[in-house]
Order: sequence, then structure tokens, then C-alpha cells
Amino acid sequence: MNNKLYGNLIFELSKEGRRGYSLPRNNFGNYEIPASMQRAEEAQLPECDELTVVRHYTNLSNNNFGVDTGFYPLGSCTMKYNPKINEEMAASSKFQSLHPEQPANTTRGALALVSLLERSLCELTGLAHFTFKPYAGAHGELTGLMIIDNYHRLRGDMQRKKVVVPDSAHGTNPASAAVCGLEIVEVKSLADGTVDFDDLQRIVAEQGTEIAAMMMTNPNTLGLFETRIPEIARLIHGCGGLMYYDGANLNPMLGACRPGDMGFDVMHINLHKTFSTPHGGGGPGAGPVGVREGLQECFPVVSPYHGNFGVMMRAYAYILSLGREHVKEVGPLAVLNANYIKESLKDLYELPIDTICCHEFVFDGLKDKSTGVTTMDVAKRLLDYGYHAPTIYFPLLFHESLMIEPTENESKETLDAFIAVMRQIAEEARMNPEVVKSAPLTTPIGRVDDVLAAKHPVTTYRQLLADA
Amino acid sequence: MAKVIEGLYYSESHEYVRVEGNNAFIGITDYAQHALGNIVYVDMPEADDEVTAGEEFGAVESVKAASDLISPVSGTVLEVNEALEDEPELINKDAFSNWIIKVQLSDPSELEALMDAKAYESHCAE
Repeated sequence: MNNKLYGNLIFELSKEGRRGYSLPRNNFGNYEIPASMQRAEEAQLPECDELTVVRHYTNLSNNNFGVDTGFYPLGSCTMKYNPKINEEMAASSKFQSLHPEQPANTTRGALALVSLLERSLCELTGLAHFTFKPYAGAHGELTGLMIIDNYHRLRGDMQRKKVVVPDSAHGTNPASAAVCGLEIVEVKSLADGTVDFDDLQRIVAEQGTEIAAMMMTNPNTLGLFETRIPEIARLIHGCGGLMYYDGANLNPMLGACRPGDMGFDVMHINLHKTFSTPHGGGGPGAGPVGVREGLQECFPVVSPYHGNFGVMMRAYAYILSLGREHVKEVGPLAVLNANYIKESLKDLYELPIDTICCHEFVFDGLKDKSTGVTTMDVAKRLLDYGYHAPTIYFPLLFHESLMIEPTENESKETLDAFIAVMRQIAEEARMNPEVVKSAPLTTPIGRVDDVLAAKHPVTTYRQLLADA
Repeated sequence: MAKVIEGLYYSESHEYVRVEGNNAFIGITDYAQHALGNIVYVDMPEADDEVTAGEEFGAVESVKAASDLISPVSGTVLEVNEALEDEPELINKDAFSNWIIKVQLSDPSELEALMDAKAYESHCAE
């Protein structure tokens, strides 16, 4: 047994017959479990005393890294801080015991909150109605495309099965379209990273009668504002298609401009990105979908309930605590912070598109490529300095993409400290590249074998034993 | 610097075609394997499947990204390179000798639309 924090699995700490808890007396009397439903072999459960369990998981939790412990420059995801007042509100005893099957006349306060949140989101996005049923962003995307599909089918326009997606799009866009039974048509990007309007015109000329929608993220995945949105919207509407806004990058637009005003018809919002609800870990999430007037008739039934209510409470608490006047500062501050880091590092990191960015930007690795130090190495070295790695190797337009998004929440001191470390890593890459290539050196686990992990993932203890 | 071989046909999406008689061996270029990084999975069609020029016939997955394979030519799949099922990393070792599918060409004139080594080299440099 070794004492390293990650050194033991809970199974390895197990001692036969040891218990941390006594089960209560069985009050159910005798009952038979049909033979077909009984286990063929004993469950392999760890047997530990309470203190061992507490120490094991406390030690593991101390190795967690989150935005509450340090800076998280995770572009394309808006990993923003979740203010504690959100949690306080969501923990309110007045809401906490709600049950989705409760009679509607006992849940009017909760329904009022959903309605108020809907009005706030409509005002912030310029759309007319929202559904809160989708449980996450990807679910929202699928719901949005189902709305579009329903819209065309209700009009009797059955041949519209193509969705135009920029080549810089989030991978979820083509995936959602495919799940919805739609086909992807990729439109190229120009050298400046925005949509190639000529290529789009060609696609519309050739396939206009089959186009169901165009999906766009604005600012796009390079953190650049798509300046030709009105023309693009006119072109797509002109051929009978609808405009879908992927809300992943709504953050820098908050309070500054609205997708509805730009000509978008349908959008989803990732409440965990823009509205500071908890992020990651597979949920609970919320991906509300907004539509322009008339399209609410096309809402599909994607869930019998009103989505994850606790997440909606947090988002509404965030909107109320900022208020109408301060919500306008989110976008500008997010944009300022990103540009500050970009300008402070672009002499050492390759900036393929040198322009004012929005909330995030993309470097194409280190400027000095002669050292052989890759974006992966830089990301790993950041861990040694106590930072979370940024998004790497996305977008796919560049080979060494390294995408940084600080969000509006970080102070100048935090940004300066991060910039200093990024400069230090560039210096190390020049003077002592082996250090960067072998990073991380100070974390509980060093460089992992990602090829082995992809080809042969070991996800259960049973499998670990079988491999041994 | 990525290797480019004379005498092959190349597509803009970084597949190569090596022609032997009426058959073509299709794989991804050295440039493509280099850009993708360590390849961990190759999704291939089956023998007797039809492939169409400009359309997807499978995908390569690396630790960085998954990328569709676009067929540069049309035809019938005669054989898939089964060695890649267990050892997809063979493509990283030598992309040009580890082809992915062998196809019987249905329209050899499609080859004229592809690039030669020199044109492909400048395409990669762009």
C-alpha cells in the first residue's frame, strides 16, 4: 500500500467484513426476488470503516481543481465563477422540497420564477418565447433543430433536410443535426476566420430549396465577431431556411447586442456558460431554447417536466443580482480581459488572426516552433504553475490551437500573474525545452498516456483486476 | 517536413490515391497523420461497399480530433486494411504504405480532378 493521494483505490483499502455503517432493520417482511433478477455472483463492493472512507475521498477532493481554487482560462466554454448567492437562493427551504409531480396549484411560485426568467431571457436575446425543458446545451440544440424541422414539415416543405454549418463550428452542431436526421453542409471560413460569404452564396444557389437552417455561433469559435450576419440572415431567409444561434458564446454579447435583432430565429442558451450556473460533471444542466414569435407552435415534447429547476433558480439569481444596468458590463469586461491577455502574449505566441477578439482568442502554439515544444506541452506545463489548462487543439482550423478565455470575473492581478507564467513557459521552451516537454512535474499524476487511454480505457475495478 | 510521394494523386482533404491498373489504394497523407497526431481508431467501410468521390467513407480518430475520410474517387471497396483495426498507429508510422481501403475504380477519369505531388505540396504550404 502506498501513501500517495491517488495511490489507492477504495477497493484496495477494502478489508473483508469491515463496516462503517449498520443497515437499519428490514421493515418489509419477506419477499421473493425472482430468480431471473438475482445476481449470479456477489457484488464486488469495497468494505471500509467510515474514517478510511472519509480520508480517501477528502484526499481525492483536495486534488480537485475548480474555478473556486484557481484561474481557469478555458476558452469556448465560458467556465465562469458561480456566485455564492446563486447557491443561497437555490438552497432556500421555500423551493428545495418541490417535486415535479406535485399538483400545479401548489407550485405557482416556482412557475412564476420560470416565467420571470423567460421574460429576462427574451429581453436579453431579442426572442419571443423560451422553453426550459431541455436538460443541457446539446439537448437544447437538438430541441432547436426539431423546432426547425417541425416548422418546415408543418408548412408542407418536406425536402428541407440540410443544415449549413461553418467549418469552425462547435462539434455539437453537426452532431445535433445528425441526431435530428438532418444532413450537414459545411461552409468555409475566410483567412480572417469569419464565414466565407461567397461560398455560402454558392451553397444557397445550388441547394437553397433543401436548406432547413444555418447554424452559427457568434462570436464564432475563434472568438471573432461575424460582421456579415444581416447579409447571411437575408440570404438564408431568402431561400426559405431559418437561422439558428448556438448560444455557447453568448457571454460577450450579453447586454450589448441580441441574436433576435441579428435575424436569428431559434437559439439555445447554455445557462451554465453565460448565466453562472454550475458547469460540468454531466449535469444537472439546462439548455433553454428561444424562438421568434410564431415558432412556439413548433415546440416538440422533449421532456414531461420543466427541466432542471434548481439551475433556473441560479440563473435567475445571477440576472437579478446584476440587474439591468450591470448586465451590460458583462460583455465589455469579458472582451477587455481577453484582449488584454492576447496583446500581452502575442509576441511569444503565434496569433494567426491578429484583430480585436471577443471573449476568447486562439493562439497557434508558440511563435518559436524550432524548440519542438507543442501546445500540449504548454498546457501541461501550466498545471505545474497551478493553472487549469486552456482548450487545446480546438478549433481545428489550426494545428496547434490554444484557446484562452478569461471571462469578466478575473481581476487585473490574476490576469497579470497568468500572463507572467505564459511568458515564463515560452522562455523555458527556448532555454530548457525538456522541462516543458516532460511537464507536469508537480501534479499527483504526471503526463498520462492518452493513446493507451483512448485505445484501452480501464473504467472499472473488475476490468483492472482482469488486466492484471 | 511532411513527406509527399511522386506518382500518387492527392485530394484537398489530404487523402492520397495510389493507382495500380484499375484498382486504387486510398489512405491519408503523411501531412494528415502528422496534423492529427497519435491515431487511436480507424472507422472503415466493408468490402463490397460503394464509395463516391467527395463523400465520406469512414473516419480517423486521434487523441486530438476525429476526422472524416473523404473518398477522392468512386468505386467498389475490394478490401479494407484489417491491420489498422488493432494497430491504427501504423498510419503514424508510415501513412503511405498503410493504405486504408482498396477500391475498384468505376470512373478513372475522376483522377484528373486530383492534385499531383507538386500541387499537393503547395496546397499543404498554404
